[in-house]
Amino acid sequence: MWTAPIIISAISAVLAFAIAIIDGIVNNYADVTISINEGQKTLSVKGGSPLLSSLATKGVFVPSACGGKGSCGACKVKVLSDIGPHLPTELPFMSPEEIKDNIRLSCQVKLKSDIRIRLPEELFSVRQLNCTVESLKDVTYDIKELRIRLPKNATIDFKAGQYLQLVIPPYQEIKESAQRAYSISSKPSDKNSLEFLIRLVPNGIATTYVHRELKEKQPISVIGPFGDFCLRDTDADMFCVAGGSGMAPIRSILLDMYEKKINHRTVWYFFGARSRRDLFYLNEFRELERLWPCFHFVPALSEPLPDDRWEGETGLITQVLDTYMKKNPDPSKSKEGYLCGSPGMINACVKVMIANGIPENEIYFDKFA
Amino acid sequence: MTPDVHPLTLLIASVFTNNILLSLFLGMCSFISISKDLKASNGLGMAVTLVLTITTLINWMVYHWVIVPFELDYLRYIVFIIVIAAIVQVLEMVIERVSPTLYRGLGIFLPLITVNCAIMGVSLFMQLRNYDLLQSAFFGAGSGLGWWLAIVLLAAIRQRIEKNPIPAGLKGAGITLITIGIIGMAFLGFAGMLKVQ
Repeated sequence: MWTAPIIISAISAVLAFAIAIIDGIVNNYADVTISINEGQKTLSVKGGSPLLSSLATKGVFVPSACGGKGSCGACKVKVLSDIGPHLPTELPFMSPEEIKDNIRLSCQVKLKSDIRIRLPEELFSVRQLNCTVESLKDVTYDIKELRIRLPKNATIDFKAGQYLQLVIPPYQEIKESAQRAYSISSKPSDKNSLEFLIRLVPNGIATTYVHRELKEKQPISVIGPFGDFCLRDTDADMFCVAGGSGMAPIRSILLDMYEKKINHRTVWYFFGARSRRDLFYLNEFRELERLWPCFHFVPALSEPLPDDRWEGETGLITQVLDTYMKKNPDPSKSKEGYLCGSPGMINACVKVMIANGIPENEIYFDKFA
Repeated sequence: MTPDVHPLTLLIASVFTNNILLSLFLGMCSFISISKDLKASNGLGMAVTLVLTITTLINWMVYHWVIVPFELDYLRYIVFIIVIAAIVQVLEMVIERVSPTLYRGLGIFLPLITVNCAIMGVSLFMQLRNYDLLQSAFFGAGSGLGWWLAIVLLAAIRQRIEKNPIPAGLKGAGITLITIGIIGMAFLGFAGMLKVQ
């Protein structure tokens, strides 16, 4: 009677023990090195685990929706070393080009020996930061300046012009969490706080949340940084055009340049608005113009009201841009365009810039979709 | 009562005259699904052969040295399947470490061998027919080789008939089963050569 359970248990125990021992011998991998982007970053990890989780233990987060189960296909990584052909578990997520390029699912690649991989550089600094709202100010009737404070002891490294994803929690009728991208308007040297310019868009999930729900001292999460709308390291003169909340990345770039004492490039910033009530940060930019001789600030109103008593430039921003570019032609210097705003405004400005001799591939822009 | 059969005869017999797949139709599910691809079929055949040889041996030892002395004959099914699962698990780990190429070639089919009924079938026949240790080893290896031969044959044929105009109702599993039947009948031609049971 009693022998049956004991014998079955004993056989299972012996087999389990054997498996455990063999597992210990067979899967005892030595430390392996992961070399990212040809030695830009080198990590030493214990072998035998998937690439995805090994990277995560070292603080490199490859995006993955399923958490390494091999069901989402998001954690694609280019592998430079020869680690053999693709596994059947990887193939459903791969296009023929990706297979040719040896793009792999990092959750399925088991680390057995040293490996060289390539990752987009921005992944090194992508993190989720649980911040708190430091201040929330109206800069115009429909644009708020949101300033958030990073968690204690946390800092952020980003390039001027990049953006973050704001994580909007569910509120009122909005039942699901959402993420929306906003350019950082503060300068990169400010590593403990971040500023954004957020214009109220009717029925916009994130903008409504920021304008109506968010209060000071409330928590808010951001993910990032992302984006490549950044200053190009050339000697060309810069023509920047942005209006409204499109000012954010331009402001970050300009403050960064001033701080880094880049004085050999002539910088123009055309700030287009409809009327006086749409203008903001005027004093700040005028002060910057005074302190930084190579910087020229040109605010322009397209529909100034009589009450505005506006003495600056008037007209559409494209006309003002055209006038200034024609007035100051300097064929000896190359020029670059930096644009941020609505697609309509950007397309119109690109035309003006091309007409005034800026090559199309040297006009950089951040289109608000 | 151990049958009086030379182990080598047993080996040849289980490949040709008593092919586990073509005479008993065991291990059909992976046989049908994997035989789409000749390369995978070859890999799976190899793995099945390996697993069959090892599990038949170990199950023989477990049966004669543990189950019989304790009079637990009714538990043999459960014990055999536990052993098979454990062996496949160990084999998977060892192959992965020793030969990554083979491991990749077998892929998902390696763990699936656990549920291949040919493996269980051979262990049970080995016990039913009272083979001794050596006979069991050759019986296991021969059955594996037979399974391997059968799947490679079928895969090769399927590759050839793939482009043929097959009636819609018979496409896929239908024509495959017919093909297996015809191969099985062809193997009947070997039947008179050896008598093992």
